[in-house]
Amino acid sequence: MSGVFSPTRAKIKERTLRTDKWWLEPAITFGVLFSFVIYATFRAFEGANYYKDHLISPFYSPCLSQACVPEATLFGWTPVSAQVFNFALSPALIILIFPLGFRMTCYYYRKAYYRAFWLSPPACAVAEPHTKYTGETRAPLILQNAHRWFFYAGLVFNVILTYDAVLAFKGKDGQWGAFSVGTIVLSLSAAMLWMYSLSCHTCRHTVGGRLKHFSKHPIRYKLWSWVSVLNHSHQKFAWYSLAAVAFADIYVRQVSTGAWTNYYFFS
Amino acid sequence: MSQNLQKLKYDVVIIGAGGAGLRAAVEARESGLRVAIICKSLFGKAHTVMAEGGAAASMGNANSNDNWMVHFRDTMRGGKFLNHYRMAELHAKESPDRIWELEVWGALFDRTKEGKISQRNFGGHEYPRLAHVGDRTGLELIRTMQQKIVALQQADKAEYGDAEANLKVYAELTVTDILKENGKVAGVYGYWRENGDEVLVEAPAVVIATGGVGKTFKITSNSWEGTGDGHALALKAGANLKDMEFLQFHPTGMVWPPSVRGILVTESVRGEGGVLTNNKGERFMFNYIPDVFKDKYATTPEEADRWYEDQDNNRRPPELLPRDEVARAINSEVKAGRGTEHGGVFLDVSKRLPAEVIKKRLPSMWHQFYELAGVDITKEPMEVGPTCHYVMGGVEVDPDTAAAIGVPGLFAAGEVAGGMHGSNRLGGNSLSDLLVFGRRAGMGAAEYLKSNGSNPVSDATIKAAADRIEAPFKNQGGENAYSLHQELQEVAHNLVGIIRTGSELKDAIAKIAQIRERSQKVTVAGDRKFNPGFHLAFDLDNMLLVAESTAKSAILREESRGGHTRDDFPAMDNKWRQVNHIASYNGSEVVVKAQALAAIPKELFDLFDIHELEKYMTPEEVAKGGTN
Amino acid sequence: MARKLNLRIWRGDATDGGLKDVVVDVNEGEVVLDVIHRVQATQMGDLAVRWNCKAGKCGSCSMEINGKPRLACMTQVASFDEDETITVTPLRAFPIIKDLVTDVSFNYKKAMEIPAYSHPKDLAPGEARMEQVDVERSQEFRKCIECFLCQDTCHVIRDHEENKPSFAGPRFFIRIAELDMHPLDTLKNRKRTAQEEHGLGMCNITKCCTEVCPEHIKITDNAIIPMKERVVDIKYDPARMFSGLLRREKRS
Repeated sequence: MSGVFSPTRAKIKERTLRTDKWWLEPAITFGVLFSFVIYATFRAFEGANYYKDHLISPFYSPCLSQACVPEATLFGWTPVSAQVFNFALSPALIILIFPLGFRMTCYYYRKAYYRAFWLSPPACAVAEPHTKYTGETRAPLILQNAHRWFFYAGLVFNVILTYDAVLAFKGKDGQWGAFSVGTIVLSLSAAMLWMYSLSCHTCRHTVGGRLKHFSKHPIRYKLWSWVSVLNHSHQKFAWYSLAAVAFADIYVRQVSTGAWTNYYFFS
Repeated sequence: MSQNLQKLKYDVVIIGAGGAGLRAAVEARESGLRVAIICKSLFGKAHTVMAEGGAAASMGNANSNDNWMVHFRDTMRGGKFLNHYRMAELHAKESPDRIWELEVWGALFDRTKEGKISQRNFGGHEYPRLAHVGDRTGLELIRTMQQKIVALQQADKAEYGDAEANLKVYAELTVTDILKENGKVAGVYGYWRENGDEVLVEAPAVVIATGGVGKTFKITSNSWEGTGDGHALALKAGANLKDMEFLQFHPTGMVWPPSVRGILVTESVRGEGGVLTNNKGERFMFNYIPDVFKDKYATTPEEADRWYEDQDNNRRPPELLPRDEVARAINSEVKAGRGTEHGGVFLDVSKRLPAEVIKKRLPSMWHQFYELAGVDITKEPMEVGPTCHYVMGGVEVDPDTAAAIGVPGLFAAGEVAGGMHGSNRLGGNSLSDLLVFGRRAGMGAAEYLKSNGSNPVSDATIKAAADRIEAPFKNQGGENAYSLHQELQEVAHNLVGIIRTGSELKDAIAKIAQIRERSQKVTVAGDRKFNPGFHLAFDLDNMLLVAESTAKSAILREESRGGHTRDDFPAMDNKWRQVNHIASYNGSEVVVKAQALAAIPKELFDLFDIHELEKYMTPEEVAKGGTN
Repeated sequence: MARKLNLRIWRGDATDGGLKDVVVDVNEGEVVLDVIHRVQATQMGDLAVRWNCKAGKCGSCSMEINGKPRLACMTQVASFDEDETITVTPLRAFPIIKDLVTDVSFNYKKAMEIPAYSHPKDLAPGEARMEQVDVERSQEFRKCIECFLCQDTCHVIRDHEENKPSFAGPRFFIRIAELDMHPLDTLKNRKRTAQEEHGLGMCNITKCCTEVCPEHIKITDNAIIPMKERVVDIKYDPARMFSGLLRREKRS
């Protein structure tokens, strides 16, 4: 017997005496994240329906595979490696590791999935089922320290997805100045991703948190103060951006299959 | 005697782990002594954490005109010149060094623009003088010294391989006796609160730093620990208590709602612009400015309001008068029927400052009342009234060494020591008091030990102490410690409280004697294991001795001064300033006698304007000038 | 005014114990500690409970109320439904002594393991100059009242007794962060020892410490995560790894 049932502790047989609905939050988190994973896996392997009329799904951008539809490639570019190995995998599979890695190692999502998926712990003061626990001290969880690498990679992606959102201002015939529901969807997705990245704990640390003397770096202190404000809402941005990206993909897919028609306010 | 008596040996035992005790421990350890610190609670929970406003020290960071002489004058003035001049002098001179030293140990005070320690205004202080950290300065002091203790232990570990080899904290241990052999201190006796097992600590020097006595009274800001243990231990060991009639009732304790009754509203609320009003909405403090302060305080609300912006050209608002004046004023308003329905007055900062500023400047005030009682001080006024806060009286000590008069090897510092604050303490002076005299007690003990070695405790002495602990379990009288405590609190509050009369005091002395009689028959339910009823039996004994000392000192002093107000003698009488009351214990009751106050030397006498001294001293004293 | 309250209190010691039901009067505006004191004075004279200031400033009356780690003096009875039974138990992460009192000496042992503040050798008392913006982060952590609720709720030790030797706990991570962010502290290796000796890596940032903190210190966001990031700075930072700075730091 370990933990709260250790022989030295007060003898109470319940795992928890909490009377509130402590299980609700992890249950919702589990439901939403699990659905997302299922959907993302399906989409990553689908390898189709990711491009239509200058709208590209964020799951497939940048499109770096031999298999890419030519209009969807970044500046019409296919990396040499893809050509050499005749890399015809679904373009999503090549790149998804970066945004996924960013989210997997994110300080907020870690809390969410450690609680909801690993029940470590399911909620505060609710005994966890595991008999052993080593936290993030050894492989594979020590790799959580790679969050900063993914943060930098995420910034590159944000730039690319912002470029995609700009492209969404093109009409069907390629002329600039068009504005459609797709434009809004891609712009919103890019904006949310920026908010998610900028509000991130690593961002807060890099812009100024690492300093010992704020007074000697007034500009970085200002930046740190701003990011600190955003950081309060990091959890919100994590969910909003996830929803925005997922919806952008769904939208592009539906338009691409012809199920939905992209409505143009003006073109 | 208990079967498993634990025996320990140290050079110095310090009773109490508040600010004074910890400062004494640091000093004693740094002098090379082996030190034990004993406390009733867990380490770091002492009542010092409750101090909010700050620690007074004339560093001159906020106003460069400040210096020790100004601080000394303020302290003497606040104490109505009943202070021991030498304690006030040492305190004023040494406080800045004690504060700066805390910074070397890691304290983080709020800063001025130049990066120095910020200092704030407080009642009775001529310049902004209180070093502070928001409104949790006491916590900062305790934590800093707690961490300094740890640092010393880490150094010992590096040197001797054992962190607790020479400095150890014994938490949740109650001391029931100070033991003496051959007329000198030999150690202390007590029991572990956890299991009731008894402990003997042999040590030739003992420092008492047990704090106050507030739990003797019904409404108090003190925690359960403030039961006058050190006062009573010292009395029983043969030391004297000085000025026990002087108790400070903090003017602004919460009176409503009940869950926060007694809890202090720091003076900073008034310092930041909070005003006191009665149920008619009148700002009544303007009617209560005493003559001695007439030229220092604003006479109109307009001038008072301007002071918050421009302190050089306006006099301060009367809300910032010394505590006793404010407490008396509130008491008078309530007695005249102009109080709130719960027997207090209104203190309002919500109409004076924006909510954000209040939260920034008074964070723990806001947080505390919002969370403890659902009161939002940024939106509504507070209901406040006097609450028993601090005892000026205490063990009579030698100012320079903190040695208790009459008991070789016994030292006392902090609230438990008397003399420093005279008849009334200024806010902010207690945190600096415990640093200055805590250190001096540590030094005093080290000096004493140079010529006094170990003093073994005899078996007879141990047996006597052990029998006392066993008594409540053997008693068959059936008295309940909780109800006796409540009765004592009623008597103390109603008859020995903020306003006193001779007949009531006489009544009180009789009633206290009766309760003491009955307390001999207190019976305890349950066993010795963490048993609060058992613990209270000892606390009760201590509080009874304190109440008796206070009542018997108060009945002799036929005047009103500082923390002692007699309805039958409402005026301050300069003849009474020449006298201290000294309480001692003859084995069955407390005896109080008058003793001449130490005369102020010429160089300190000359620091004052002669016209000011005329308000406090007799013409003969003024004519004589200071002593040489 | 006064009404009856159903209270269940855990009573016992290391050998045995269980929940005992009592009915007690409660008045408007009272907190759980008030009610416990009433039980003590009228029904259970030997009920053990720690408390000091009854004002949320000393952190003594830590216990678990309806399963949540809380201060009894800061928990208003009115925050529960009128017909609700309130269950009060001792802290469940520490060894029991009696009734609501536990042995929290673990925390004092850990306090001794954190290297103390180290003041610059050449800086005499009174000469220190620090800017307010530079002390504010550490001041937040110095608000800590050492109630040890964060230590109690942290599953790393609450659910795994065997982790106690290698894990300092949230209270001491904020202490390390406080010192590492202190503008004048001269000890350089706090980041490395935080991870290698005090178990920073055991924390999986599930934020329960922040949830229970009565002082509302943002333990996770402002101390633990910044310390984890500082460890990344010296051990796992991509830019530094490439530029070889890492090796140089190790030597220093």
